[in-house]
Amino acid sequence: MPAVEVSRIIKSFADKTAVDDLSFSVAQGEMFGLIGPNGAGKTTTIRIMMDIIKPDSGEVTILGEKLSEATKNRLGYLPEERGLYKKLSVLESIVYLASLKGMDKHLAREKAEELLNQTGMLATKKKKIEELSRGMGQIIQLIVTIIHDPELVILDEPFAGLDPVNTELLKGMLADLRNQGKAVILSTHQMNQVEELCDRILMINNGQAVLYGDLSEIKSRYRGNSVLLDCTGEPGEIPGVTAKRTSKSYTELILDSETIPQHVLTYLVSRGMVINRFEVATPSLNEIFLKEVGKKS
Amino acid sequence: MSKTQLIFRHEFLNTIKRKGFIIMTLIVPVLALIAIGVFHLISTTSETPVVETTTIGYVDEAGGFDQYTTQGDIELVRFDTSDDATAALINGDVSEYFVVPPDYMSTGVINHYTLERQLETPPVIAMVIKNFLTSNLLSEKVPPETVYRIESPLNLVVTRLTETGEVATEQGGFGNVIIPGIFSLLLALSLTLSSTYLVQGLGDEKESRLIEVLLSSVSTRQLLTGKVLGLGAAGLLQVAVWLASAPLLLNLASSTFGGFISTIQLPANFLVLGIVYFILGYSLFASLSAGIGAISPNAREGQQLSMIYTLLAFVPLWFSSLLFIFPNSPIWVALTIFPVTAPIAAMLRLGVSDIAAWELAVSIAVLVLSIILVMFLAIKAFRIYLLMYGKRPNWGEIIQNLRSG
Repeated sequence: MPAVEVSRIIKSFADKTAVDDLSFSVAQGEMFGLIGPNGAGKTTTIRIMMDIIKPDSGEVTILGEKLSEATKNRLGYLPEERGLYKKLSVLESIVYLASLKGMDKHLAREKAEELLNQTGMLATKKKKIEELSRGMGQIIQLIVTIIHDPELVILDEPFAGLDPVNTELLKGMLADLRNQGKAVILSTHQMNQVEELCDRILMINNGQAVLYGDLSEIKSRYRGNSVLLDCTGEPGEIPGVTAKRTSKSYTELILDSETIPQHVLTYLVSRGMVINRFEVATPSLNEIFLKEVGKKS
Repeated sequence: MSKTQLIFRHEFLNTIKRKGFIIMTLIVPVLALIAIGVFHLISTTSETPVVETTTIGYVDEAGGFDQYTTQGDIELVRFDTSDDATAALINGDVSEYFVVPPDYMSTGVINHYTLERQLETPPVIAMVIKNFLTSNLLSEKVPPETVYRIESPLNLVVTRLTETGEVATEQGGFGNVIIPGIFSLLLALSLTLSSTYLVQGLGDEKESRLIEVLLSSVSTRQLLTGKVLGLGAAGLLQVAVWLASAPLLLNLASSTFGGFISTIQLPANFLVLGIVYFILGYSLFASLSAGIGAISPNAREGQQLSMIYTLLAFVPLWFSSLLFIFPNSPIWVALTIFPVTAPIAAMLRLGVSDIAAWELAVSIAVLVLSIILVMFLAIKAFRIYLLMYGKRPNWGEIIQNLRSG
């Protein structure tokens, strides 16, 4: 049973189609990236999954069933537009929101203290939310999202507004979730984060799927026949290399169709070159996206 | 505990802990206490001083006005000429004087002279002069008892009879108006405050971007029901505190206002209708507030919009003095039927006159229908606008969306 199964959903607003015939599934225990530029339809897709807005057509099943009150307790959702009760204390906020997920208050209190301790924020538990920095508030929101031990976690732009320290803290928390076997959907326009964390992706633009599947498979599909080289000394003419592009820290060697990177490496080693870096050039997700969007337009 | 109960509990506890709520709950009994205290202070200090005898001069040019010169605390002193009277007035021997001219019997004109600028002769002085003239005109013509009766001919005692001719259990009078009057004021305050809390609460949650977090755990229906009931309960608690303080205040007041308190009566059906109108009034205002809270981008704008109907609720109170004069005006029927003013208008009218059964039936039916309609629209607005931030949509867009959505 997949954690999420979205089938041919369409949602139009007055002047535009926000989600246009979108289908995808997310397996249990995988970290799934929902990516695309601002306004691509990511948040609308998530709101449809969460039954906050109804699709014009199409179906969504979450954890094997249509979203119900009971299912809501089994998932954690960190929306893009998020906040907390400013006048409540950190602990009161977490416990109240956890109780709305069906959690016992005493248990919620214990778990909240444990998570606050893990994130180094136990000292703030009696502070009012309005006294916290934005980054600290975001960490509290993430605690609220995962405190009830959900089977599926949906995070919409979780890195927005975080400083590098809190970004690392959040990445650590996400790694923990993955290790616990939770399905995690990470929606963001920051493709580098997805590249680092996700197993599979759905890339959308103008409400339509652009790319969908295993991240490494997609990247290899878009891989050009070139290598990045940084070596001491001038390698001279290399057989099978049709062109060179030199940048500050490396040189990109474009190979002809009969040459594979292994041939080039063997040649360089045989010449006794000192190699600092030798890497099969893989386009970044961002480059792939730009290429795909460019193709469509 | 169900999720609706959790939201109910959270909203209730959070509202009653608000400074504004606590101040408002306490301020009504405290103000009443202060009012009683001030009244008591004024009435005791104005009773104790030694009664000074006021002396009024008069010049009798018509002749025959020489008896009954003591009228209560006022002494009348006769002067032979206007000049003498004027001199006495300037010297401060008399506070004022009047002249009965020779042609008084044919014209009835009395000239009143005073050093003070007055809008008109104070009623007490006018009454003294009138009684002095009447007594002198009738002296020796009729017995003194008749003179007294002519001066004070009317002590009206009204008894209301039922259609079968028996004395009705419910009599009229101002004693009847007190409790409905106080109750309508408290009802209006409570409806206004509860609406304010609801609009403010929704606005705050919208501004804090909490709505979507909440909707990931609960349904729109649970959120709305929990909020409306939680805030309604807080409003009810406020009214309960006010009503609970009433016996104590009335007790204190009875020593100050004396016998008037004993004339206070509770109109028939008042309790039943009071509860019915409280529940219906609150439901209508809560639905309106939920709708306004949904379409407003923040608490401040929401409160400005909610002023439209909260001010309307007070309209019957503004015109309550007209109700005493024209209790059966069609305007009052309209105010009893118009849903926003109905609860307050009905409660006020119960104290002043009877309300026809058909009027009550129509009023309650219109209220119930309005609640259903507004609730339906509010839930729609809630779904459409709850997650919209930024500028408030204009009314045209709202109406279009409510139609199509």
